[in-house]
Amino acid sequence: MQDSSSPTSAHDSVGGSTSETVAPLLEAHGINKSFGPVHVLHDVDFKVYPGRITALIGDNGAGKSTLVKCIAGIYGTDTGDLQFDGVEVAIHSPKDAAALGIKVVYQDLALCDNLDIVQNMFLGREIVRRGTLDEHAMELAARQTLASLSVRTVKSVRQLVASLSGGQRQTVAIAKAVLGNSRIVILDEPTAALGVAQTEQVLQLVRRLSASGVGVVIISHNMNDVLEVADRVCAMYLGRIAADIPLDGTVTRETLVELITSGRSGAHGLVNGVAGA
Amino acid sequence: MSNIDDTADTVAAPIPDDPTPGVSIVDTSLALTDFSLDEQQNSLGDVFNNTITRLRGGDLGSLPAILAIVVLVAIFGIARPDSFLSLLNFANFLDQASSVIVIAMAVTFVLLLGDIDLAAGFTAGVSAAVLATRLADGWPLVPSLIASFGVALLLGAFTGFLVAKVGIPSFVVTLANVLLFQGILLLIVKDGGSVRIQNDFINDIVGGTLTTTQSWIISILGVALYAFSQIRRQRDSYGSIPMSLVVIRVGLAVVGVGLLTALLNQNRAFASAPEPIKGMPIVIPMIAVLVVALSFLLNRLRYGRFLYAVGGNREAARRAGINVQRVEWTAFIWTAFVAAIGGIFLASRVNSVDSNTGANDTLLLAVGAAVIGGTSLFGGRGRMINAVLGGLVLALIPNGLGLIGKTTLFGYDIDFGSSGVKFICSGLALLVAASVDALSRKRTA
Repeated sequence: MQDSSSPTSAHDSVGGSTSETVAPLLEAHGINKSFGPVHVLHDVDFKVYPGRITALIGDNGAGKSTLVKCIAGIYGTDTGDLQFDGVEVAIHSPKDAAALGIKVVYQDLALCDNLDIVQNMFLGREIVRRGTLDEHAMELAARQTLASLSVRTVKSVRQLVASLSGGQRQTVAIAKAVLGNSRIVILDEPTAALGVAQTEQVLQLVRRLSASGVGVVIISHNMNDVLEVADRVCAMYLGRIAADIPLDGTVTRETLVELITSGRSGAHGLVNGVAGA
Repeated sequence: MSNIDDTADTVAAPIPDDPTPGVSIVDTSLALTDFSLDEQQNSLGDVFNNTITRLRGGDLGSLPAILAIVVLVAIFGIARPDSFLSLLNFANFLDQASSVIVIAMAVTFVLLLGDIDLAAGFTAGVSAAVLATRLADGWPLVPSLIASFGVALLLGAFTGFLVAKVGIPSFVVTLANVLLFQGILLLIVKDGGSVRIQNDFINDIVGGTLTTTQSWIISILGVALYAFSQIRRQRDSYGSIPMSLVVIRVGLAVVGVGLLTALLNQNRAFASAPEPIKGMPIVIPMIAVLVVALSFLLNRLRYGRFLYAVGGNREAARRAGINVQRVEWTAFIWTAFVAAIGGIFLASRVNSVDSNTGANDTLLLAVGAAVIGGTSLFGGRGRMINAVLGGLVLALIPNGLGLIGKTTLFGYDIDFGSSGVKFICSGLALLVAASVDALSRKRTA
């Protein structure tokens, strides 16, 4: 990538080195979660670092979505604790998560086709002045947010979302998540429905997002995307974290696939159901 | 976080190379209809091109209704130039259209959510009956109106509760309400009875006229407010609305409203009539005020934005923190409230309320009017002005056909004035509008 995607020294150091000197922004420890008799998450430890992209991978039913929903406050956890910025926090509702700056972009994007980009970005938190919607202020803020993400694929912020392509929609959904205070952005399958060029656009956007200091979590089934964009990878297998490893160039696509399908690969992975190094 | 500045620099760097990043083709599809603040300078030609682009994209808005009005007026005007194009018929026709227009505005609230209120006609009937009986019992006007609107709000809250909180589909709830509210209406007016209204204020709303002086004052005031709002909007648009467009719009408004007022201030009574009829029908300013007030609610207030959002994508609205149930509940209350205003129009037209007030085809015409005007039955798309345009189309058809009456066409004797032909034509118009709605939805989806 020739552009602004990796402009910071902090960011560069991650790619080459395995040592994590940065303190995690979010640290989940010993998370357990059951739905009735089904034990979905087993003692899950999960960390999100500021300015880094963490890929969360795993097969269907491995517990990725449940873990994300626990962090986002949609589900409560049975046991385990969450630390945000080194402080123990309790997240009981999506509002709590949003207040901490944890934003989730779900796969279905949750955009209103009949509204324009600005209206979508400010949905539910419209700027109101003297009782009426302050369209000008909202448009400026939307414009600034899109500019800060170097989004230049959108013709006008007053375009209806219905007229946007899949990649542009994903862009709007991410911009919506980033608008205002955001420390962690969790992206659920951001490239699943996209073509090659649009996937590249979204991945660049994800890089810029992390370059601005936001902790990014990306859930993906696409190992090429993961290897291309992520700084570290968390592989889940049957409700456990099979491996939490930096992507330092020695990790191959095969390693990731083995971790997903069997929870083990070489030195990485689970030993008899217990996470090894 | 120190890297933010670096990022900003690298991000900002490429922009000067490209003087108009990403905005070389400006889309002001919303600018024309609502409130664009895009910072691109548009010429009149750009605005025109954007409108064409939007139309070709399938977003026809109220264009089909406007075309229908033009075509119908042309056909009827050619067929019956003396009677159809007379000022008397014009004023009558506005009075005929008014109650359907108001009830169409009422159902627009629930249509925006993708819901329907089949009982809005009877909500109008019941609240009109309450008003009429209170007035007949000697209550003063204001308490009678409060009682009438109070009952309407209760009915709306009842419907909204069942739809939003209990979760029954609005079609089913309001289908039951048709029977329920009709029963209430029959009990209030006593089977087969009719309650006369002797209050001049109520009776003059439909059928009454302003004096010629009042007509001019209202017209000038209306145009001045329109010009003011247009100039303000232009100033806030940062060039996306060209000043020339504002001049054209305001100019058209001055000419149009001036001509209309001048015409309506002529005597339009038959030569044999005992006294002249002149002045603007009161329904014109009444409906104008309603359209402006309700459009303000939809376009400029948070609640209006929520209505569109819930209608467009309920799940997205819910996740955005919008209380979807409350929005849906209050939408039914708004529908009932505006329907009660429609009820006053219905009662005012015949100066009485009976068991048929708001019954028969009232509701069907109202929903039809909204849809013909361009409001979607699928939710998320629609405006208050659509109700007016659609209501005019649906009032033009029976009015014009009635004036054509018995005619020989291609060797067949057809009575265009018969109810059968009127219903068939109105039904066809509705089908065409619904097809346009469905097809444009396909195209934009």
